[in-house]
Amino acid sequence: MASATATIEPGAGTLGRGLSTFFYRRSTFYLLLLLLPPLLWLGTVYLGSLFALLLQSFYAIDEFTATVVPQLTLETYRQLITHPANVDIILRTLAMAIAVTLACAVIAFPVANYMARYASPRMKAFFYVGVMLPMWTSYLVKVYAWRLILAKQGILNWGLTAVGLDGVLEIALATPVVGGPSLASSYLGMFIVFVYMWLPFMILPLAAALERVPQSLIQASADLGARPRQTFWGVILPLALPGLAAGSVFTFSLTLGDYIIPSVVGAPGYFIGMMVYQQQGTAGNIPLAAAFSVVPIVLIAIYLMLAKRMGAFDAL
Amino acid sequence: MPSAIEFQHASRQFGALRAVDDVNLAVESGEFFALLGPSGSGKTTCLRLIAGFEQPSTGKVLLDGADVTGVPPYDRNVNTVFQDYALFPHMSVAENVAYGLRVRHAPIEQRRQRAAEMLALVQLEGFGDRSPTQLSGGQKQRVALARALINRPAVLLLDEPLGALDLKLREAMQIELKNLQRQLKITFVYVTHDQGEALSMADRVAVFDRGRIEQLDTPRGLYMRPRTVFVARFVGGANVIEGELARRLTGDARSFAIRPEMMSFTSSASTPANGVIGCDATVIDVQYHGATSRWQVRTEDGNVLAVVRPELGEHGNSYAVGSKVGIAWAREQMVMLEGH
Repeated sequence: MASATATIEPGAGTLGRGLSTFFYRRSTFYLLLLLLPPLLWLGTVYLGSLFALLLQSFYAIDEFTATVVPQLTLETYRQLITHPANVDIILRTLAMAIAVTLACAVIAFPVANYMARYASPRMKAFFYVGVMLPMWTSYLVKVYAWRLILAKQGILNWGLTAVGLDGVLEIALATPVVGGPSLASSYLGMFIVFVYMWLPFMILPLAAALERVPQSLIQASADLGARPRQTFWGVILPLALPGLAAGSVFTFSLTLGDYIIPSVVGAPGYFIGMMVYQQQGTAGNIPLAAAFSVVPIVLIAIYLMLAKRMGAFDAL
Repeated sequence: MPSAIEFQHASRQFGALRAVDDVNLAVESGEFFALLGPSGSGKTTCLRLIAGFEQPSTGKVLLDGADVTGVPPYDRNVNTVFQDYALFPHMSVAENVAYGLRVRHAPIEQRRQRAAEMLALVQLEGFGDRSPTQLSGGQKQRVALARALINRPAVLLLDEPLGALDLKLREAMQIELKNLQRQLKITFVYVTHDQGEALSMADRVAVFDRGRIEQLDTPRGLYMRPRTVFVARFVGGANVIEGELARRLTGDARSFAIRPEMMSFTSSASTPANGVIGCDATVIDVQYHGATSRWQVRTEDGNVLAVVRPELGEHGNSYAVGSKVGIAWAREQMVMLEGH
């Protein structure tokens, strides 16, 4: 039995080796060191600015001097809640956010379901690229493109007329509140653009969640006597709910805060985002802008609480 | 009385691959039937053909005499225990077990009662409110079993259900499953790659290799009278002697099998007695198994054979590695095999 000709010794004490041993022994310290830069970023830049915003919302603007009075007060919030125009804005934005979320969920589900469970590998890749490709285009370009498409002289109107369905468009536009002179200047048009914009954000988390539902679960459900519809409601949907919830947080919050789409494609009514932009800009009323900004945060917090209560995150 | 399950020239093809190749079998009602074979031999595909997750490319599958081609799984009176248990993580144990009744719109009181009965049957009373994620492997197994039995199916399919359990638990579950089957008198179809499991539990076993049934027989029949080289090797690990050595020893060119426990060590291999065949060999390995020891010996022309002898007493048999021995067996213990 030959003895080992040369044993392998650990390297001699260079600085690199010393450091690496030090970090290997104190792995928690190493972890903290790695996390420090991003935590600093999160702490100071993000949370700090969020806190500054929150603080601003508790100040009020002096009407005579048009400057911010740095005294804690609930005056701005009182203004926010009691002024009917402000309440209108909030409700309008909320309604749009809910409508967009629902529409995205309904459209995204079949697409995500196909991508996750039925598509061949090639089709799946094609779909993933197809869903993500619009996200590589400039946001403004897309919004303006839609404005052109939805305009009275736009291609959608032309297409519907060519097929003889312009009557349908007329009826849709005649609907009170959501209708308008043309799609490009109505809530209906805005709704369409919102749904288009945020659809990838709903499809991708949903596809990921659906893909994680094991095939054996679906087979087990069928094996036990559940028809496809029952398997969908009883097994697939509950397990895909976290993905749906994640996607809906995107669509909900993005719609609540958006100010470009309502400005470019839209009816006269204001949205929260537009209000914030206007108040902090020309009006110089930073506290009111801050108060308006707090509204989406509160709404999302309530939304997440409701989602958790309904068991959206149980399957995690 | 029609068979509970029947395969008539059933095949399942995936492109060029014949996963199941012209399989014919009949499983009788109340039988514990095993599908045994290595990975990729087609046994799981056969199970899926019975359950309805696959359709035969050619041929027919019949359940209780009726052709079930095109019938989806939810319309078949067959339930499955899956290899990964497939418990619904978003439901409690009781809800999992009652699922089969819930999708048939059974009243809630009946569901609750039957679920409790099933859990008691698998010795998991009181586990109803737990989440499947809180259970051990053995417990998940039993919940899957209870869930599959609640609809009182005519046939229960088990897809390698004990694979993930440790040895002691597996042995205990084997006994429990066998008792359960006897008690419920349901037809069990059990897929496994473990020949020990198949031999100890099943009434009849179908041995699969590459999509075809090599032999369908009782466990004893498979062990004592294997028909092909594959069955002889796979079931019980018999020695298979083929070709030149076979011809030299027996005067017959056909392959034959001889069980390791039928072999013995002898000092006079070169001058065998009447009805005894022997040859010389060198010991290359010995394994102590407590009740027996297993030797690996190599004959002069390179064949490696196994010899199993009982270990009686403290001293043990003295055939160490490297020693030259003679091995011999009775001619009548040999089983002639069909070629492969």
